[in-house]
Amino acid sequence: MKILKTLLVTAAVSVALIANTAQAETKKIALVVKALGIGFFEAANKGAQEAAKELGDVEVIYTGPTTTTAEGQIEVINSLIAQKVDAIAVSANDTNALVPALKKAMDRGIKVISWDSGVAPEGRSMHLNPSSNPLIGNMIIKLAADNLPEGGDVAVLSATATSTNQNTWIAEMNKVLPNYKGINVVATVYGDDLADKSYRETQGLIQSHPNLKAIIAPTSVGIVAAAQAVTDAGKIGQINVTGLGLPSEMAGHVKSGASKSFAIWNPIDLGYSATMIAYDLIGGAEAKPGAELKMGRMGTVKLDDNNEGAMADPFVYDASNVEEFAKIF
Amino acid sequence: MKVLLKNREMLLVVAIALLVALIALRFPPFVTPRNLANVYNDTSILIILALGQMAVILTRCIDLSMAANLALSGMVAAMLNAAMPGLPIPLIILVAMALGAVLGAINGLLVWKLDIPPIVVTLGTLTIYRGLIFLLSGGAWINAHQMSDAFKALPRTAFLGFPLLSWLSLVIIALMVVVMRLTPPGRAFFAVGGNPHAAVYTGIDVGRTRFLAYCLSGTLAGLSGYLWVSRYAVAYVDIAAGFELDIIAACVIGGVSIAGGIGSVGGAVLGALFLGVIKNALPVVNISPFAQMAISGTVIIIAVAVNARAEKRKGRVILRKAEAAHG
Repeated sequence: MKILKTLLVTAAVSVALIANTAQAETKKIALVVKALGIGFFEAANKGAQEAAKELGDVEVIYTGPTTTTAEGQIEVINSLIAQKVDAIAVSANDTNALVPALKKAMDRGIKVISWDSGVAPEGRSMHLNPSSNPLIGNMIIKLAADNLPEGGDVAVLSATATSTNQNTWIAEMNKVLPNYKGINVVATVYGDDLADKSYRETQGLIQSHPNLKAIIAPTSVGIVAAAQAVTDAGKIGQINVTGLGLPSEMAGHVKSGASKSFAIWNPIDLGYSATMIAYDLIGGAEAKPGAELKMGRMGTVKLDDNNEGAMADPFVYDASNVEEFAKIF
Repeated sequence: MKVLLKNREMLLVVAIALLVALIALRFPPFVTPRNLANVYNDTSILIILALGQMAVILTRCIDLSMAANLALSGMVAAMLNAAMPGLPIPLIILVAMALGAVLGAINGLLVWKLDIPPIVVTLGTLTIYRGLIFLLSGGAWINAHQMSDAFKALPRTAFLGFPLLSWLSLVIIALMVVVMRLTPPGRAFFAVGGNPHAAVYTGIDVGRTRFLAYCLSGTLAGLSGYLWVSRYAVAYVDIAAGFELDIIAACVIGGVSIAGGIGSVGGAVLGALFLGVIKNALPVVNISPFAQMAISGTVIIIAVAVNARAEKRKGRVILRKAEAAHG
């Protein structure tokens, strides 16, 4: 009896010990999102799980508050600190509010990175942007040029004349324009991110530039309105609408042919890359200006002076994949 | 009075003709009949809304919530269609109009029963209605592929060479002419705005008349909600944001006195067309977007200045006469 008991206890202890070692080897990476139940972040989780599977010794904890509040995220982060995770990758609801909680995490040896929506530099070791202004500027003109092998006139339909994002992207686009032979940007008009004004500006473009071959709209309101205006004018096939938009909003216009392709970040790649970077940091890589961190199949990311890096070109959506992504975001 | 109104409308017709001629100098294709028909079609929704606003302004009130009402009714119409694609379109339009009427009636009741200044009431309901869209949709968009083809096709369907949207606005203009000229509420709008005290003496219920005007503007906003959403094939929280100012501007340019009591269907229609021509011309005449805003603003102020001069009625100085009689 006594022997049996001793045996059992020994067995139990050794099982526990084995389990413990296994636990210590599995890295816990927490993917903290703005709120649960948002298609974009569910897709990011899909990518993170893919990365975990590829790496083998990683467990991804997908978590976040139920509403997009900074308070909710702070609670989540505190509980992750208590769970002693190895890394936290967060898309922040507030740039500054999360800093104290994340500092606490870093003090306890947890690697902290932000992705998608950034945290102030003192609250994270690095930030992963989905793309960069030069990459976006290049992509929007490339989208138009790829469908115009012989060149032609293209026009830009922007948001307001004062929107910082759009103006930066258009400036970057103009820098690389000479690389695209035969592509002339004949006009830049502003739809003010209003459906009716964007629609009217598109009608104006169609009227004043009879040879127009493509409209580039780097704004989600503008691209939808332009596609509708081109459809109503019966110019499908003649004028291609492209730019930046969301798959769920553009699915119909891709199907109708008004838009051959458009771009936006791929949330799956983003979740994948964030997990890979967190793993690289756990493995001893250091996040400092100039450092290159590994992102698995996405290559590497080079950090700038603010410890920020750009993942990749915006992801291109066309008839082959838009339906699938429309369900996601 | 009638002659003066006629003159003012003639003045607007001349102004619009001049404007079109000016645009034609810079961009000749603008004056092709087809393009002018397009401009009218594009302005149809503004015309319908301006007619509703005119009724409200005539009674010395204002409706700032029209664009929000449009957005809410439009969102409901789009959500109905997305959820039940089989629902007949006329039924959806009726629902949108009924909802618009209810939203207008809320404005009207607050103005009538609680006697809150109209600008405050409708400023409040403007934000409430916009907020309701967010609550209803969760901030999500209803996109082109979620709407049925019939839902999107109605305003575009061509009838005798013109889209139904244009025909619909013509029908509404005709109806409004009848309502304003021949029906008791139509006449009451003028009476209440012209002189509320005198209106009471003639047995007109001022509050009730204002309530009716708000119901009318609400119904037209609801109808426009469907038209807007199906024309642009998208519904989201911010559609027609700031459009209430365009509607009021159309009325003011059309000679509807912000002080109430003066205005006409023809004026409001011409005012809307004037704005419509500018909105459609600016993209093709190649003017900087900053100048565009300044031009729209300048035109409105000039129109109001012209109207104010025409409206100036000298107050009767009775005391001085009495003094003179004594002295």
